[in-house]
Amino acid sequence: MLIETFRLALLTVARNKLRSFLTVLGIVIGVSSVIAMVTVGQGSTQRVQSDVASLGSNLLMVRPGQPGRGPGGGQNDAPPLKAADVEALLTEIPDLVAATPAATRTLNAVYGDVTHAVTVTGTDNAYFPVRGWTLSEGRVFTEQELRAGTPVCVIGTSTSMALIGQGNPVGITMRIGKITCEVVGLLTKRDASTFGSDDNDTVIMPLKAFQRRIAGNSNVSSISVTFSDAVTAEEVTPKIQALMRERRGLTDDQDDNFNVFDMKQISSMLTGITGTLTGLLSAVAAISLLVGGIGIMNIMLVSVTERTREIGIRMAIGATEGQVLMQFLVEAVVLSLIGGFIGVIVGLGLGWAGSSALNIAFVPDWRITGAAFVFSAVVGVVFGYFPARRAARLDPIEALRHQ
Amino acid sequence: MIELRGITKSYGTGEAMVRALDGVDFSVDRGDFIAVMGPSGSGKSTTMNIIGCLDTPSSGQYLLMGQEVGGLDRDQRALLRRNFLGFIFQGFNLLPRTTALENVELPLVYQGVPQDERRERALAALGKVGLADRAGHKPSELSGGQQQRVAIARAIVTRPQLILADEPTGNLDSARSREIMLLLQQLNRDEGMTVLMVTHEPDMAAYATRVATFVDGRLQSDIRQDAH
Ligand SMILES: Nc1ncnc2c1ncn2[C@@H]1O[C@H](COP(=O)(O)OP(=O)(O)OP(=O)(O)O)[C@@H](O)[C@H]1O
Ligand SMILES: [Mg+2]
Repeated sequence: MLIETFRLALLTVARNKLRSFLTVLGIVIGVSSVIAMVTVGQGSTQRVQSDVASLGSNLLMVRPGQPGRGPGGGQNDAPPLKAADVEALLTEIPDLVAATPAATRTLNAVYGDVTHAVTVTGTDNAYFPVRGWTLSEGRVFTEQELRAGTPVCVIGTSTSMALIGQGNPVGITMRIGKITCEVVGLLTKRDASTFGSDDNDTVIMPLKAFQRRIAGNSNVSSISVTFSDAVTAEEVTPKIQALMRERRGLTDDQDDNFNVFDMKQISSMLTGITGTLTGLLSAVAAISLLVGGIGIMNIMLVSVTERTREIGIRMAIGATEGQVLMQFLVEAVVLSLIGGFIGVIVGLGLGWAGSSALNIAFVPDWRITGAAFVFSAVVGVVFGYFPARRAARLDPIEALRHQ
Repeated sequence: MIELRGITKSYGTGEAMVRALDGVDFSVDRGDFIAVMGPSGSGKSTTMNIIGCLDTPSSGQYLLMGQEVGGLDRDQRALLRRNFLGFIFQGFNLLPRTTALENVELPLVYQGVPQDERRERALAALGKVGLADRAGHKPSELSGGQQQRVAIARAIVTRPQLILADEPTGNLDSARSREIMLLLQQLNRDEGMTVLMVTHEPDMAAYATRVATFVDGRLQSDIRQDAH
């Protein structure tokens, strides 16, 4: 009997395709937005986590500028870092395993007819292990090159691909801005990218070469330090702060004019933002499900009025109140399940499209998908009940007389 | 089979009160083919609706096959309709956009008859009214006479004890009306179904074995006759 009722409800819904579709649009929008948002949200969370993991563990970053303004905040009015700060950190704080300077600028790399904009970093050999890089071709810098500031460089796979295509770039000479630079090494390709930019698109050269020939000063934009497993970031950070304050000649009443970031903190902050955003958008989606439910109720009420005579006929033939109620309730549930089904498809599609547009992993959450589907059925029951009860309570004679 | 004792039915209250039935005593015996006649507004349909368990009297007693109907709730009355009664209406009242076969199957759906048996019995009923070849047609694709025959098939598919027909030929021409009357007469004679039929036309009443005449909400006369 119930299967029969479902079959009849499907037929009724199919008879009015356009109207049924418009009725379930609210549910479709609600369900698909929940699913799309959760999918993209989870993908980006996963991305942030893998980005941070790729930065290596026990990593802190020292930058000039006031703390609390995020990376790069207030850099202009703060004195820059120097290569000597790196030496001082390593000698004064025994907990540190490595410290490496970085000065960066975006410049055009030119090889043959190809011009390619790329991030150029001046640093030393410690940069490679600290940032988790290995080489697939060639070598790192020699002591001689580092000391003399020889224009040699190690490049990433994306840069290599852009300049020479497939093949080994070691040995070629290219132009970086105004200088000529020989490629001595190729980084191993890695999957992660740091917060959206492609990690593999990079040119690395000795710090001195960068400072003298490109920047024209002896500034360092950031210092990355790694510390030993025996201590925590919370223990190391104050030591770095104290040393830097001393080196920068800050008195007790002056604020820090540099900041020390724990990359893991940034990760949890970004994850938090993603979570809040997902929550907020899910609330919007829930409201749209509610509106969808009201849409179903509205159409079911119209349907009950339109089919009053049919209800009268069914009652005369022997349908009980429960059977009429069931008929309309099942119809509402079938409608909202169809809406839920379309919503799941559309939502997964949107989630997939969004994930590929944002260049993040497509992570469908089957629990949420199932829950959204079930919830759409619940919407059908809740909002279908009132119209169905109205149908069931009709007086058979009045209903039969209805034109 | 049916006993009405002192049945009254009024609509509205106070000044606006209408007494549709004003103390009707009436009985139907098994095998009767009764034509109910009388002027418009005399209470024929009201009586039929009460007998059909669609409506309840304001006062009086109604016994259907020995059972007091007055104390029954809506669902119990629905079950009586489902299992013992078959309705034929002036306006045919078939479900639109639904095939003849599905219309005839509907009462069996509510009885919970399995699909195969349902189909078989519905086709047999359509055969009895001469419409086996129109099973797949929708009401909009059938003539008025054919629609009424589908409605009759739907009324008899459950093999009810009593068929209630309120002006079944009211919307049909005389040739079509005669076909319907012959069909009802045959169901009455050959299948042993009791038939209670409201009509305004003496020609149609001539097919009945009893003619009951209502005037002003009362049963004025109740005469047995030799059917046509
Ligand atoms: N729902 C109602 N509300 C108020 N009055 C009603 C209602 N139903 C019927 N009546 C009144 O009850 C009386 C009997 O009506 P009924 O329908 O039984 O007449 P009838 O004999 O079937 O007439 P007709 O031959 O025109 O069909 C009429 O006066 C009618 O106006
Ligand atoms: Mg009438």
